Amino acid sequence: MIGFIQSIPLDLLLIQTVNGVVTGMILALVASGLTLIFGIMDVVNFAHGELFMLGAYVGVVIFALTGNFWLALVVSALMVAIFGAAMQILTLRPLIGRDPLNTILVTFGLSLILQNYALWQFGPVARKISEPITTHFNLFYLEYPWYRLVIAGLSAAIIGVFWLFLKHSKFGVWIRATTQDRVMAQAMGIPVPWVYTGVFAIGAAMAAASGVLFAPMAGVTHTMGLDWVLKAFIVVVVGGMGSLGGSIAAAIFISLLEAYAAIWVSPAQAVIVSFIVLILTLLFRPTGLFAPTPR
Amino acid sequence: MTRHDKIYWAGFCVILALLIIAPLVLPEFWRRFLTEVLIWGLLAMSSDLLIGYTGMVSFGHSAFFGLGMYGAAAALLTLSPPNLWLALGLGLAWAAGAALFVAYFSTRLRDIYFAITTLIFSQIFYVIIFTWTPVTGGENGLIFSRPHLSIPFLYDARFSSSTLHWFVLAMVTASYLILRRVTQSPFGMVLQSIRENEARTRAIGYPVERYKIVAVMLSGIFAGLAGVLYAIQNEFAAPDFVYFITSGDTVIFNVMGGIGTLVGPIVGAGFFQLLRELMSRLFGDQFPYLIPLGVIFIVMIIFLPQGLLGFARRWLNR
Repeated sequence: MIGFIQSIPLDLLLIQTVNGVVTGMILALVASGLTLIFGIMDVVNFAHGELFMLGAYVGVVIFALTGNFWLALVVSALMVAIFGAAMQILTLRPLIGRDPLNTILVTFGLSLILQNYALWQFGPVARKISEPITTHFNLFYLEYPWYRLVIAGLSAAIIGVFWLFLKHSKFGVWIRATTQDRVMAQAMGIPVPWVYTGVFAIGAAMAAASGVLFAPMAGVTHTMGLDWVLKAFIVVVVGGMGSLGGSIAAAIFISLLEAYAAIWVSPAQAVIVSFIVLILTLLFRPTGLFAPTPR
Repeated sequence: MTRHDKIYWAGFCVILALLIIAPLVLPEFWRRFLTEVLIWGLLAMSSDLLIGYTGMVSFGHSAFFGLGMYGAAAALLTLSPPNLWLALGLGLAWAAGAALFVAYFSTRLRDIYFAITTLIFSQIFYVIIFTWTPVTGGENGLIFSRPHLSIPFLYDARFSSSTLHWFVLAMVTASYLILRRVTQSPFGMVLQSIRENEARTRAIGYPVERYKIVAVMLSGIFAGLAGVLYAIQNEFAAPDFVYFITSGDTVIFNVMGGIGTLVGPIVGAGFFQLLRELMSRLFGDQFPYLIPLGVIFIVMIIFLPQGLLGFARRWLNR
């Protein structure tokens, strides 16, 4: 036992902690959009990963045009937000009041369309965005890129701004009121269908922003959304469906576990760790690990 | 026999007869196409037991399909000469095992939670199959040769594309009759009452969880059968089929054809594959056929949620 503990290289453990937190923050950004959309409109957005992918591709295009990464980030988030709003109005609005399962089917169809559109438009070869910040710092024997830490900080900042927006702005109050009681909110004069559209657009923008932020770390491909949407689903269930804080905690928790597991097994197999966390959560605490206990 | 029964069985016999004659008149390509539609139809039909009759949307049928496939592959690769019935047996056993495992955990949850859980479980099987290269062949999958069609002491010959079609047809027809019987049995009635009102079913005193577990297993076994048939037809097993896109296709076939009808999913599979074939003929192989098919699918959910055969749903189940 002691031998096993001593055999864990401490430096590797620390490096993986940093890696885990960085991916955890991006995942939190993706998952908080997903959980928001679920919490407020009972829509399980299967196409969320595709919005992430689409955001990354729009980022690639804008970056190729202007060469400015930060401009690409902002424009991509805005464009995908408008696209998300249109998508919601066209496909999800007619389904309000129907079985929520219909929304899974529709968003699954949307994800098929978007994925194949990306493949058709951009081809199967991965696109790359170069990192906007190329400096490194020393982390043990590694030259660790500053950019990754900037991503983590930026994701946290976006989530923070979003939280303030929910807490203090008028639209945020509308969103929270609709989450609590849809009918009552409508009776109070809140335009609930437009709150839905707005929430979907915000969720889409957050997914797109995380897509652009992630793009320099790995290539942009038409299938990149699938991995992320699966991970985000796990995070949302483990964190407690519809709980924003729970999702953020779960995103970091699961990313850390996967990063540590990747010390011993290949990253493809490390995914199993998060699957196991999900199963255990469903068995012992089906309302979510990080959500408050329901009364 | 009531009048309804007469019409129903007459229709059944006519369609079956047409499907039996089909390989004799169709050219090779369409013969293969029809066999494949039957196999996808069987997969979709198996999940209809959950979606249409129990009210549980499974997004994990690729796991059962894939384990049937790899079970058959294992039997065909380890045994020589390869035996058809052992492949069938092993494939079904593996699919049933996987179904039991998935059912035990996922039936504690309802609605979308059930859908997500089955999806995640199918991904577990995918990751295992994809990364366990020495045993499963990893990314490349397994290639094997088709066993003989053998009935002990009676018949033993190579599959031709016609006998393969009839073999698949026999399996699918038998599965349909069994599933139809199941849905009309007292067991099936309980499943439908779970769909209509789970709390009330529980209150009457039915052990809902146990019924759901059996339903998932039953559904998984038939999905495994589809996997075995697909493996035998195509002589390979690949991890792509275990990926959740296959499960999504299964759900699409169901919704397009009409859930809760059992034959609807087969029609849906045929409709989907036919449109796909048509588009690749009209616009070339590179055409992203899934874009228009996705649009058709979404439009159907919004405007025709009952599916193509939805209008006949009550009549088919009587």
